[in-house]
Amino acid sequence: MSDMDEMEDGSGIVKKFMFLNRKAPHGTVYALEGLEVVLITAAFDQDVSMVFTDDGIYQLMKGIDTKGIEVKDFSRTYRALEGYDIEKLYVDQASLDARGLTEDDLIVDVTVLSVDEMANLMVEQDVVISF
Amino acid sequence: MLHIVNKSATERSTLESCLRMATKGSAVLLIEDAVYAATNGNAAAAKIQAAAADLKIYALGPDLAARGMAGRVLDGVNVVDYGGFVDLVAEHSNCQSWL
Repeated sequence: MSDMDEMEDGSGIVKKFMFLNRKAPHGTVYALEGLEVVLITAAFDQDVSMVFTDDGIYQLMKGIDTKGIEVKDFSRTYRALEGYDIEKLYVDQASLDARGLTEDDLIVDVTVLSVDEMANLMVEQDVVISF
Repeated sequence: MLHIVNKSATERSTLESCLRMATKGSAVLLIEDAVYAATNGNAAAAKIQAAAADLKIYALGPDLAARGMAGRVLDGVNVVDYGGFVDLVAEHSNCQSWL
């Protein structure tokens, strides 16, 4: 049976999706848009990993208060991901270090990976989508 | 002169370009994602602190708060609100935005 047939009869192909988040939250729309796509993907029962590297880890900061800049505070949505069965959240240790941050500064529980571990995780994905 | 930087120093080189060109006594205002550079432990923090010897460094408070960074601002960096932003523009004869 081809992949297309399987999709059409709904037997469900599950692929490993990695969403790679590398942008700070408010300076561009990437972080918010990425979050929307992750939630859509989860609705199709896919194997989703969310990875935060570089400035992307800033998306997970505790204590965000967006009243002053009058934009939506979507940081709480990361805490709701668990409810959509998105529980694989990974953060790059080197990116934390370069920003003077630790796991304790983040709004959700994450798995902190070394560069090698992160690289291996990326290689084993079927699809990598970057925001 | 007032220099304005709005991009993260860990993603773009605009802060570095700005600090290279800014002359003694000038002001540098960090807004939007550029405010991360003015926070403790950031890779660009040493550059900001070194620059603060010759330049006045400002960061926009609402942008710090929106990024969870209000409590992490480097010593020597002056936090201003939108009114302070307007004052800085008005006080200086010219300005350059490092887009």
